[in-house]
Amino acid sequence: MPKATDVSTGHAADVVDLKDPVVAAILGWMIPGLGHLYQGRTGKGLLFMICILSTFFFGLFISDGKAVYAWWSPDDWRLPYLCQLGVGLPATPALVQSYLVRNGKAPLFGGVMAPPVDSRELDSWYKELNRYLELGIVYTMIAGLLNVLAIYDAWGGPVQLEEQAREKRPQEQGLPTGG
Amino acid sequence: MAGLLPLAAINMMWYALPLVVVISLVYSATRHEPMDSILSHSLRLGFMIALFMVVIMAVLALLAWQL
Repeated sequence: MPKATDVSTGHAADVVDLKDPVVAAILGWMIPGLGHLYQGRTGKGLLFMICILSTFFFGLFISDGKAVYAWWSPDDWRLPYLCQLGVGLPATPALVQSYLVRNGKAPLFGGVMAPPVDSRELDSWYKELNRYLELGIVYTMIAGLLNVLAIYDAWGGPVQLEEQAREKRPQEQGLPTGG
Repeated sequence: MAGLLPLAAINMMWYALPLVVVISLVYSATRHEPMDSILSHSLRLGFMIALFMVVIMAVLALLAWQL
């Protein structure tokens, strides 16, 4: 299991107590920042939570709830959803909506995160929302991708500590640092 | 520079600002643990991203003006 490294000694120590990194990573996927809150890293947890969730919901808001939807068919492979799913639970209602629409049922929540019934409806979305639909997709995708970074941080600790420790180890042993 | 770009495009550029802030903050937070290091790194990174975008915009505007 990864542990953050003590930069003063260069050896693994609990400078940053990662608790159970796997649990932290799973919590971090479910709700951005929750893994850090579980580890007691409150400041970073709140920073991730506010930044990532506000980006995701802002993208959803400006696109009238249409930027995030899941759909797999030969004419519409919804690849952006793979990035959006990085946000975790906030993006999962799209899977429920997709299941309902695919089975001919009415979507929930007024159609938020519901896929278009056909390509004509998708065209009408672009006509109605214009570039705000694209912008919403970009915002929500970036939110998902940023949460991947946050999940990695919850699992492995901050990168800088590891790099500093790696530089320090050869110096302690009297070896050249290279470069 | 502003005269070379349509007004609508300039308005849309404002939507890049929150993204620059959020990306620089989250990226910096994955590099450091203390909050002051995060903020100072994110300030530098945000400035670099904005500068990069301005340079690219200037090059594109220049190309569009010349062609």
